[in-house]
Amino acid sequence: MSGVPGANPLRDAQDRRLPRIAGPSGLVIFGVTGDLSRKKLMPAVYDLANRGLLPPGFSLIGFARRDWEDEDFAQVVHDAVKEHSRTPFREEVWQQLSQGMRFVQGNFDDDVAFETLRATIEELDKAQGTGGNFAFYLSVPPKFFPKVVQQLKKHGLADQKDGSWRRAVIEKPFGHDLKSAQELNQLVHDVFPPNEVFRIDHYLGKETVQNILALRFANTMWEPIWNRSYVDHVQITMAEDIGIGGRAGYYDGIGAARDVIQNHLLQLLALTAMEEPGSFHPKALVAEKLKVLTAVELPEDLGKHTVRGQYTHAWQGGEEALGYLEEDGIDPKSKTDTFAAIKLTINNRRWAGVPFYLRTGKRLGRRVTEIAVVFKRAPYLPFESGATEELGGNALVIRVQPDEGVTVRFGSKVPGTSMEVRDVTMDFAYGESFTESSPEAYERLILDVLLGDANLFPRHQEVELSWNILDPIEEYWDKHGKPAQYPAGTWGPAEADEMLARDGRSWRRP
Amino acid sequence: MKIDLTETTSSKINQALVSARRAVGAPAIGMVLTLVIVTDEENAYDALKAASDSSREHPSRIIAVIKRLSRSPRTRRDARLDAEIRVGSDSGSGETVVLRLHGELANHAQSVVLPLLLPDAPVVVWWPQDSPADPAKDALGALAQRRITDTYSAEHPLEELAMRAQTYQPGDTDLAWTRITPWRSMLAAALDQQPAEVVSATVEGESDNPSCELLAMWLADRLGVPVERTTSGGPGLTAVRMTTKNGDIVLDRADGSLATLCMVGQPDRAVALKRRETAELLAEELRRLDPDNIYESTVKFGVEHLDRKDADAPAKKAADPTPPAKKAAPAKKAAAK
Repeated sequence: MSGVPGANPLRDAQDRRLPRIAGPSGLVIFGVTGDLSRKKLMPAVYDLANRGLLPPGFSLIGFARRDWEDEDFAQVVHDAVKEHSRTPFREEVWQQLSQGMRFVQGNFDDDVAFETLRATIEELDKAQGTGGNFAFYLSVPPKFFPKVVQQLKKHGLADQKDGSWRRAVIEKPFGHDLKSAQELNQLVHDVFPPNEVFRIDHYLGKETVQNILALRFANTMWEPIWNRSYVDHVQITMAEDIGIGGRAGYYDGIGAARDVIQNHLLQLLALTAMEEPGSFHPKALVAEKLKVLTAVELPEDLGKHTVRGQYTHAWQGGEEALGYLEEDGIDPKSKTDTFAAIKLTINNRRWAGVPFYLRTGKRLGRRVTEIAVVFKRAPYLPFESGATEELGGNALVIRVQPDEGVTVRFGSKVPGTSMEVRDVTMDFAYGESFTESSPEAYERLILDVLLGDANLFPRHQEVELSWNILDPIEEYWDKHGKPAQYPAGTWGPAEADEMLARDGRSWRRP
Repeated sequence: MKIDLTETTSSKINQALVSARRAVGAPAIGMVLTLVIVTDEENAYDALKAASDSSREHPSRIIAVIKRLSRSPRTRRDARLDAEIRVGSDSGSGETVVLRLHGELANHAQSVVLPLLLPDAPVVVWWPQDSPADPAKDALGALAQRRITDTYSAEHPLEELAMRAQTYQPGDTDLAWTRITPWRSMLAAALDQQPAEVVSATVEGESDNPSCELLAMWLADRLGVPVERTTSGGPGLTAVRMTTKNGDIVLDRADGSLATLCMVGQPDRAVALKRRETAELLAEELRRLDPDNIYESTVKFGVEHLDRKDADAPAKKAADPTPPAKKAAPAKKAAAK
């Protein structure tokens, strides 16, 4: 009843049934006709509305070159939602959403279009009560980035007026090296204050990735062994079974390391290796991530401890796959990496001497992302020789996708009269214990943007530190040799296996 | 896969569960809780269907306890346990055991259920209807961390609600309370947007729907202002009005699915507030298994402290002050019954 003056009397920290509903707000999507927008963003907005997490009057503005009316846009969203949304389609939810849908037609250098956008936002503030709070989602190719941001500034769309907010949501790539990343950050921060810029790394929105924090900091059984005394090494893998598809223009010259290691894999490394944050306040979390990223050290001999590769023409999973150099729009002499594996160490008390192996690639055996913490072998085995021949190191594997879950591998006696120990696995599958409840990553991230919760978004310092780690490797690759070749559908070039063999280890088959 | 066992015991049921799991090739169990449903033949089908739908979100072992009433002294002596086991595709995403308790055994249901509970996992008991007067003291209720009743299904909902308040123990909850979560969250969001001091409130809905009373008591308890409860023809809750010094905040849902939110100085907005299926209610209920203190505080507020203006003076409703922003509300017409 009483309580803090000004606090909402209907809210109570103990009332955990009440969800976090975003305040009055709207979302503007640039590049709304794109694939990401149709397959992920629009369905995510609908799913949020369906779960009752969007404020009444939530508005969605599409901005694109297409010559559409509001109704055409609503129809496109309708179709996208019906096809891709996670939760069932409900007419009344759709009615609520469709009232706030607008479309603005124009090019990114078209001043009239941005004036129309501003008028539309003002109109929505009146008609829908969005209160001037808008997030601008830039789902556009990186080259249009500066233009859109400058236009937003020029037309006063990024002004944070009294009590309301304007936020920018940007997608990777955040530059292609440290310098370009800094330029980009400067450009965006010139228009939006740093705490109103949300960088989407959709991996961080995944339940399994958030679960790394729960697994590590909510339990007691892992922490005592989560260090160099027990951990032999860590392998972080993100494999895709598809090729570059239609992304030749973007991919060539960028490559796997810049595309994946710089953001996703280094973020996974930071979450796996960081110390316990004092709280889950974004500042506390980012401080720990920065500490661990600063402590990352590259191997001295980059030639021996990094590998890059390119897939070649082969049969993959029953289909004939083109080699990278044969793909449409790729320079036959291209040195772009479609596979990258690197070894990193972390210079702190917890991790000194424990290598972190990161690998990613296209056209690998199957689509999988996982973090494997491989433990040291028992220092002494009291069994007869031969009994433990089949026993590997214990391992804790966090399966990020697909089939999200956690696997623990340990030795167990094979039933029978002789003593023989073999690896078995104990499995926790999200799909088994929490079926269907996992929201899509974009749902969580869009809601967090509207709520202003920056915990699951990499900050600009993290982006810059990640480039700091990757840049020397890219420079080395530029000057030395060329990518190793691997047949499409395999687990990468032989050189990658040799890289681990040199350390007396081997890659897991994920 | 289904297995029928007649004249059986709990330990035979446990054996059958293990072999059924082996047979469908899924020996690992990832179930997070045991849900015990206490019901009769008439309601068992709907309750099991709702539970198995909600098990998609919370994989659970569902134990339905069906008491078969005996009509003659002879059959009463003939105590017997029949069981039906469903695993795999026949049972949502968990496993289901339907127990039929005949004769004297119907009074000792806990003896059958106890050995069938999942090890180390929380137990939830749900009475879709005919809940005991004191759920926590009930033999089955005592096994559970969470006891779910449904006053809406009761013959006299308001008396039942008063009884819930009397016998409340941490872990008790009621589906009539679960039903109003979307309303509560929307009203809280409305006050987030317009942080004005509420001076009084009105809750309007079906006369025999305890959700309306719970919502009214919640508002009265939280806001510390008089709350009036008026009746309408439904469906369910139809409107909530919070009067503030700046004007009214009205959430009006005439058709049971799409509501309108009216606030002073802001445009009217449509809000999806669909009445939810039992499976969804159950899924929400199973999401958190810790005591619901807000429910406790609300139900203990006491129905008698609400301003009731129904049965004796329904005609007075026309005199209700109409907020300026409000359009001709169809709910008012429906209220005339």
